[in-house]
Amino acid sequence: MQTELLEQPNTPTILPIETLQVMPMIKMSARNVDAFFGKAQVLHNISLDVPANKVLAIIGPSGCGKSTLVRCLNRMHEVAGGTMAGLVLLDDRDIYKEDAVRIRKRIGMVFQKPNPFPTMSIFDNVAVGLKLNGLATRRNIGEVVERSLKQAALWDEVKDALNKSGVSLSGGQQQRLCIARTLAVSPEVILMDEPASALDPIATAKIEELIHDLKKKYTIVIVTHNMQQAARVSDLTAFLYMGKLIEYDETKKIFTNPSIKQTEDYITGRFG
Amino acid sequence: MSFVVSASQTTKVPVATSPKRHFGDVAFKYTTTIFAGFVLLLVLLMGFEMYMQAKPTIEKFGWSFLTRTVWDPVQEEYGALPFVFGTLFSSLIALVIALPLSIGIAIFLSEMAPRWLEPPLSFLIELLAGIPSIVYGLWGIFVLVPWIRISLEPLLSRHLDFIPLFRGAPYGYGMLAAGLILSIMVLPIVTSISRDVLKAIPQTQREASLALGATKWESVKLILGDAKSGIFGAVLLGLGRAIGETMAVTMVIGNTPSISISLFDPGYTMASVLANEFTEATTAMYLSALIEIAFLLFGITIIINMLARLLVWSVTKK
Repeated sequence: MQTELLEQPNTPTILPIETLQVMPMIKMSARNVDAFFGKAQVLHNISLDVPANKVLAIIGPSGCGKSTLVRCLNRMHEVAGGTMAGLVLLDDRDIYKEDAVRIRKRIGMVFQKPNPFPTMSIFDNVAVGLKLNGLATRRNIGEVVERSLKQAALWDEVKDALNKSGVSLSGGQQQRLCIARTLAVSPEVILMDEPASALDPIATAKIEELIHDLKKKYTIVIVTHNMQQAARVSDLTAFLYMGKLIEYDETKKIFTNPSIKQTEDYITGRFG
Repeated sequence: MSFVVSASQTTKVPVATSPKRHFGDVAFKYTTTIFAGFVLLLVLLMGFEMYMQAKPTIEKFGWSFLTRTVWDPVQEEYGALPFVFGTLFSSLIALVIALPLSIGIAIFLSEMAPRWLEPPLSFLIELLAGIPSIVYGLWGIFVLVPWIRISLEPLLSRHLDFIPLFRGAPYGYGMLAAGLILSIMVLPIVTSISRDVLKAIPQTQREASLALGATKWESVKLILGDAKSGIFGAVLLGLGRAIGETMAVTMVIGNTPSISISLFDPGYTMASVLANEFTEATTAMYLSALIEIAFLLFGITIIINMLARLLVWSVTKK
């Protein structure tokens, strides 16, 4: 992996060697990714690695392409009618050469606005992915639902109301329900597109706590425009500006001693 | 969490608190209320008037008017059952034919069609709703009925005559013709409302299922689950249209007040009997019987349309 990374001299924003030695397992990589909506180019030549069992935060001002970047990582960009060029690798294999449906099962996604299925109960909302993927048997389904809800730290709040509608929950609970739904299909990577931006501070704190626990089992990429959140939850931070990857480093480094002026300006609130 | 607070401290906008409201607004409010109330009044008055005019037969036959099968103006014996049956049966046939087609088209329009194709296709379908029913009727007489008599009915009775629906002599005119023509007339309504209901379901729902690893088909199934009640409402609205349709049906149904399960046999609908016999209704009882049928039709369509609207609203208003 390291040698391959070294062979890419024209992509200056790959993790430095020292960092890679501490966390050598790379789960996902983007290589020279350009993304478009029609003729408008949203992402310019983005290359970055996502190490396994780490949280990568993508920060940047609105419209910088953060969401598009994560949506390229699980092939949801094409669902919205976009196109892209470049490589996206999952375990060193190009996800654009594989079946999109299978890829999305391995790379789960949590959206900005909680979007549980409105006509389904809490139980069914979590079970739906299993049913879709044919993983459900009558025996395991209850177990998986319980485990997923526990992992999403929602079980204690809903265990007596599993038959209630998913939309009867509060916004924060709905978002954790959506996380449970994603966990139920046992993905390897979880992408979160501003998962807490529609939530109040208490619900936000719960989601952040959850992210901390989840990284033991999953690799997480989180988009956020809340820098404090990035600083709190992530191990690595990528700063995007105008569709370009400006700086990518350990979160500590980015927030205390960024090497690029633009990053520093953004972190300190001088623009964006 | 202290950093979250700052932005929300905005100055309060002063709210107009003066108790005196603008005269223009008050006048405007009441005028429009009166206009709106007028619609309600009109419906109530129509119902009341029909009830009054239908009193002779209501008093003579009571509820049995609904279950009697004789329609004999000479003997002054009236019963509405053949007409109620004809209306419901022909509408049901129309729905059975139109429903799968309409929902299929609606799914194509809202979920599958490329962006450039959807507007012209939707326009064409809505254009179908704008064709006057007399045109459908003429087409029915000169094209549909001969085709049914010569091709469709012999074919059906040859292969499916073990089903009672497809037994009998091939006249051409009859339930099958009425059902087919109604299905074409109902199609645009059911299609365009189903499409609107499907389109009202937020994109995030589609993305949620796709991101879980659903195939397109599975994602559409989930969307259909969400749209269920709205689509059911669309179907009821189509039913309302079919039940009230007069001209085209009258021209092809055969106009015979009989009750038969066979699609080949002629029938009669409530709307058709009104259109055909109003001019001949010379006696008070005859007129009263016809008006009672009109009253029935009025009631059935109002109930169906109200149910349908409620269901559609429950989906699209969210």
